[in-house]
Amino acid sequence: MADLAQLRTEAEAAVGAAGSAAELEELRVRYLGRKSELTQALRSIGELRPDERGPVGKQANEVRRALEGLLERRTAELDASELDQRLTEDHVDVTLPGDPPVPVGHLHLVSQIRRRMEDIFVGLGFSVVEGPEIEYEYYNFTALNHPPEHPARLPQDTFYLAEQVLLRTHTSPMQVRAMELKEPPIYIVVPGRVYRPDTPDATHVPMFHQLEGLAIDEDLTLADLQGTLLAFARQMFGEHTDVRLRPGYFPFTEPSVEVDVSCFRCGGTGYEGSERCPTCKGEGWIEILGSGMVDPNVLDYVVGSGYDKERVQGFAWGMGIERIAMLVYQVPDLRMLFDNDLRLLEQFGAGP
Amino acid sequence: MRVPFSWLRSYCDPGRPAQHVADRLTMAGDKLERLHRVGVGDVAAFVTGRVVDAERHPDADRLSVCKVDVGRGEPQTIVCGAPNVSAGQTVAVALPGAVMPDGSTLGEAKLRGVVSSGMILAEDEVGIGEDHLGIMVLDGDVPVGAPLAEHLPIADEVLELEVTPNRPDLMGVYGVARDLHAVTAAPLAEDPTEADAEPRGADSADEHISIEIDPEICLRFTARVFEDVKIGPSPLWLKQRLTAAGQRPISNVVDITNYVMLNTAQPLHAFDLDEVRGGGIVVRRAADGERMVTLDGTERAFTSEMALVCDAEGPSGIAGIMGGQVSEVSDKTTRVLMEAATWVGPNIMRTSKALGLRSEASARFEKQLHPEQAIRAQRLAARLMVDLCEARMVPSAVDMYPRPLAPRSVELRPERMAKLLGTVVPADEVHGILDRLGFEPRDDDGRVSVTVPPWRDSDVQREADLIEEVAHVYGLDKLPTTLPARRAAVGRLTPNQRLHRRVEDLLRDRGLGECIAYSFTSPRALERLRIADQPALRLENPLSEEQSVMRPLLLPGLLDAAHHNAAHGRPALALFESAHVYRPSGPLDRAGTGSPGGATPALERHHLAVLQTQALPGGWRSEPRPADFFSSRALVEAVLEAADIAWRPESAGQPFLHPGRAASVVAAADERDIGWVGELHPSVAAEWDLVGPVAGFEIDMDAVAELSEGAERVYSDVTSFPAVLQDIAVVVADETPAAAVLAAVRGGGGPLLAGVELFDVYRGEQVGEGEKSLALRLEFRARDRTLTDEEVASLRSAIEAGLAEIGGRLRG
Ligand SMILES: [Zn+2]
Repeated sequence: MADLAQLRTEAEAAVGAAGSAAELEELRVRYLGRKSELTQALRSIGELRPDERGPVGKQANEVRRALEGLLERRTAELDASELDQRLTEDHVDVTLPGDPPVPVGHLHLVSQIRRRMEDIFVGLGFSVVEGPEIEYEYYNFTALNHPPEHPARLPQDTFYLAEQVLLRTHTSPMQVRAMELKEPPIYIVVPGRVYRPDTPDATHVPMFHQLEGLAIDEDLTLADLQGTLLAFARQMFGEHTDVRLRPGYFPFTEPSVEVDVSCFRCGGTGYEGSERCPTCKGEGWIEILGSGMVDPNVLDYVVGSGYDKERVQGFAWGMGIERIAMLVYQVPDLRMLFDNDLRLLEQFGAGP
Repeated sequence: MRVPFSWLRSYCDPGRPAQHVADRLTMAGDKLERLHRVGVGDVAAFVTGRVVDAERHPDADRLSVCKVDVGRGEPQTIVCGAPNVSAGQTVAVALPGAVMPDGSTLGEAKLRGVVSSGMILAEDEVGIGEDHLGIMVLDGDVPVGAPLAEHLPIADEVLELEVTPNRPDLMGVYGVARDLHAVTAAPLAEDPTEADAEPRGADSADEHISIEIDPEICLRFTARVFEDVKIGPSPLWLKQRLTAAGQRPISNVVDITNYVMLNTAQPLHAFDLDEVRGGGIVVRRAADGERMVTLDGTERAFTSEMALVCDAEGPSGIAGIMGGQVSEVSDKTTRVLMEAATWVGPNIMRTSKALGLRSEASARFEKQLHPEQAIRAQRLAARLMVDLCEARMVPSAVDMYPRPLAPRSVELRPERMAKLLGTVVPADEVHGILDRLGFEPRDDDGRVSVTVPPWRDSDVQREADLIEEVAHVYGLDKLPTTLPARRAAVGRLTPNQRLHRRVEDLLRDRGLGECIAYSFTSPRALERLRIADQPALRLENPLSEEQSVMRPLLLPGLLDAAHHNAAHGRPALALFESAHVYRPSGPLDRAGTGSPGGATPALERHHLAVLQTQALPGGWRSEPRPADFFSSRALVEAVLEAADIAWRPESAGQPFLHPGRAASVVAAADERDIGWVGELHPSVAAEWDLVGPVAGFEIDMDAVAELSEGAERVYSDVTSFPAVLQDIAVVVADETPAAAVLAAVRGGGGPLLAGVELFDVYRGEQVGEGEKSLALRLEFRARDRTLTDEEVASLRSAIEAGLAEIGGRLRG
């Protein structure tokens, strides 16, 4: 039965070479159909000698199964490649934008910075409290050790709404309110809007934002103030940041210190290449906040809530959020922050 | 405060360059603002010379051709235009190549045909003074050809220091020198106010002048009398110091008063005694409306708060601020009354602010000087009057000092200082620092008893103040860096703050941009919003009418922002703001002076507001969706769902809203009206030049926070038994609100109806005229069993019955 072997070889070659489903169907009919040689051969087995029937039948069935299997595999292969081809033809321009758009908005730059600061101080164990912006002179000045004749109280420096009622000029009045409400220890930060009647220019606006801090406990020191603000500065400006305390003067802290951070732009060298660093003006240090040990006179105003100046002590600071916006984000003109111009606000991303 | 470096070094010289000295002072609290260079560039090209010969220029009457010996061989030929040049003078010469104070370089110049190799200098040419009429003539014993800088201060540096309000002593050069001494321990020259002049004669000052003061406004008034005064220009060294410090030299007597002030911080005033009418001075309060012409030529009117220095015929000066034109020292003056007084600082500050008149004197007096400083300044001034004006000092002074102050003593506990600073400053360091600053520390049984010098009296009154002094000079850089040893406090945001962040993030993530607008608005904006009749808080001293009212709602700020962006090419936007709004809560004024006990003066609420002109931007295959009531309502729904608050809209208008496309936001829990949502009235939007629908909402976040408190949820089983979902279409009259349909469906479905969702609204042919069809998806679910078809069918019947009551029927 050499012709069966030859048939198989021939059929396998034909199936292997077939390029379409139609050709395969044609080959299936030709080699396995009712009129095919193989079918004829199987039908005519009965005409053989009994001792030949077994081997021939077996061989014919083997060839049939082999061809059927081959046809099936080839069909699957061809289906897959035809699908691939169809899918390839069905391509899109992946460089087109997504649609419909799913816009992501943004937080205002001041909010972004405020949140970053809040989160850092929460991590350092401070709670966030907020207070009224329309404030009594008592909380804004008197209880913060500003004598009655202090010039900051004059209408040139403070917005008034009525006798003894003003727009807070700093977030510090919340120090007193918070201490009235809670006995020591107290660890708080106070973000919020503050107001001063400054004629607007690039670095002055009549409303801006501060973040106040207050920590009172039994044994807080000026060294602790330095450590706390160093920890803040490193998270805010980068882990290589240093802080430096300089003598300062504020009515409600004693000793008072100004806090500088090493310039995050030039790394404290004062130079960018051979150019003087524009951020620190070549000094290598940037003044970012005022602070100090809470003045005993301030504690006297809240002695009724347990703030005995011989028993508890602590530190406070206040910093401008817009100042950070100018320094870190290089916003050149404070007034731009309150125009709410989307071309500016969208530059800083969605925010934290 | 401008501190000429050469002047400073004459009292305390640490032998280091100006920048280094300035850095040390900065770290001690005297912060350097700027370091200036004044005078000439390189001093090498400036020498002394002698005029050997001076002849008139052959072709120019006003020029002289001089031969000047500058110690370098042949005399130089120098053409000079000064009228006072003559042979034999010792003069200051700039050689070719010299860099002048204005930065220009001197070259050889040909003047009317004669080559001039250098310049004979007038004082203004080297920045010493302003005189340009003649050349400077030096003492004859000055050697020829010597470096000029050895004989004249032709180059200097000036430290411009920022002086804090508590340190009036640093408004004088010697005070700065004392701080420099304290931080560097470099020797300090004797206080120039220690030594006094020798009086001459047998008369006494009170024979020449009588003084009367009001002790409420004048703490001390000292007067000395000088006769035979020769008015003239000051010597060059004095002119240079004044010029470098920013004061114009005028005449010796006036220059002396300025010099002493710049040196000691105590201002003085010189009167022409012959012009003091009536021979007496009275210090009194002004009469209301009283007027005077001050030295700057301006006529000013006073109030009874203000202190005047007067003679018999009226005011001659505003106490502590500025003199008047009467009794001013002039060229003809021969008798001088020198005044050094001590005023009440706050009074001077108020007067200065009220008159809008600040002077070098008022800048010092307002910081409160000590009465002791007045008599000290008189001593230095007297020596200069005798030395420079050849005056006779009349013996004794008139000294009105009704309430002498005793020296202040303050106790310092070393352990207290260590506890506050977090480090131990060695005892000998503490003593050394205080001593160098002029304090007198004495050990007193483990404590340090410290006498405060008069020039620090206003600033150092308590232990904490002394600790600050020691810390500042000891060096804050020597402090350790530690963190608080925390006990019981945990940092956190409050639930309210977390809620604010959640809703702000929610709006941000839906594509809205956050704005921060000024808290003030204008009365005009409230008029445009048609709410001008509602109560609002006005500032007493606004910067402008545009910013004169505290905003009672956030909407105007968002409208301003939308207007600004539309005008800059961004008309399609969606904005929000989260901030305070302000309303009166009763009369603002407060009478008491003690603590208000936590009360707040006004009603301040935290609001959240949205303004959108676009609901969704378009893409390349999708149309943009304009804003409307429903786009803003969807945002309110999201915000209040995030806050876990049930609410419903109620048609109630705000004057600025579209009457048919807006609603109040009413909390289901307590019926509270917590805000509004909807489209703006087109006429209101047009006031901000906004065209097309403008929609938004504004809600009271403080109310939302209160309602949101305590909303706790527990698990509800959704997995054990399957839900049955059915869609129905309900036909109702067009005017029936969807909420009524939903209520009827819920009423009929009862507790087994787990959810209803409205997913389509249809009007048209398939329903009747004046009707609409609402498509609803119903979700039936029981907790304890699988619902049977019969149960669901009976629930549907109940729903159908409920709908019938509001005139509705099921369709299809
Ligand atoms: Zn830098």
